[in-house]
Amino acid sequence: MSNAFSEARRIARESKNYNALTALMPYARFIGVKLLEVDGQPRAQLPYRPSLIGNAQMPALHGGVTAAFMENAALMQLLLQMDETRVPKSIDFAIDYLKPGRPEDIYADCKISRLGQRVAHVAINCWQRSPDQVIAVARGHFLLTSTE
Amino acid sequence: MSLTPPYHQALTERFLQVVPHVRELGMSIVDLQTEGIHIRLPYREEWLGDVVHGLIHPGIISTLVDSGSGLAVLARLENPEPIATLDLRMDYQRPALKDLALDCRAEAYRVTPHIVFVRATVWQTDESKPVALSQLAFMRSSTSKKRVV
Repeated sequence: MSNAFSEARRIARESKNYNALTALMPYARFIGVKLLEVDGQPRAQLPYRPSLIGNAQMPALHGGVTAAFMENAALMQLLLQMDETRVPKSIDFAIDYLKPGRPEDIYADCKISRLGQRVAHVAINCWQRSPDQVIAVARGHFLLTSTE
Repeated sequence: MSLTPPYHQALTERFLQVVPHVRELGMSIVDLQTEGIHIRLPYREEWLGDVVHGLIHPGIISTLVDSGSGLAVLARLENPEPIATLDLRMDYQRPALKDLALDCRAEAYRVTPHIVFVRATVWQTDESKPVALSQLAFMRSSTSKKRVV
């Protein structure tokens, strides 16, 4: 059965146009997430804007925004890679901050470390400027629905 | 009713007016005490992570928790001091539903010279039915005082 998410995924897979997908996830659109494809791997980008700042003195990005962006990247990767008919439910999410986020674009690369019958484990790296300049690492467990 | 101490008054203003992302989201402070804080995020359609099912995106719940927990640390320290989130863990207890505000209560329950530990709860209408429970550690910059001397 086709539904809104399946249709959005079909468009995303065929044309690399993610607008239909982000339209179903207004918060992803609100913070301004972009999806890229680099060497066949999806990559999320969050273009910098001043209202993402959480510490005006440093200045540094809001740590919550970094976490939200990374969790969103994991959810979108699962939606694109699996045949989920809805956004997987987050079970838990843990982030370790390694460096303050500079007032610049941030990127996230996700790896689905384990795919069980019902639960996926996703590891996420968040970096600025180059993939070796990691500002945060995170992991989450997500409940899948495609097997239901 | 007690008067808000000047430091807590300054902290309230600083949090709401000086943190750009807090201002953009429209958070408000319901209560701020040394022992803990309570902040609220009014609902907006932009918070949704799944329009089909009307569910709020988990990401914005982390943003609320990080903001509230940082505020709880500063309220507890009773002196302005730069702090940084070391880690944050979210345990999602139930979905957050559209049309409802999100409330967050955070408590800095353990303060050491370098680290502050915080726990936070997020709920919508009933605090005994939380949307998320969270645990955080913050680093203090109190050591830098020594370097200044």
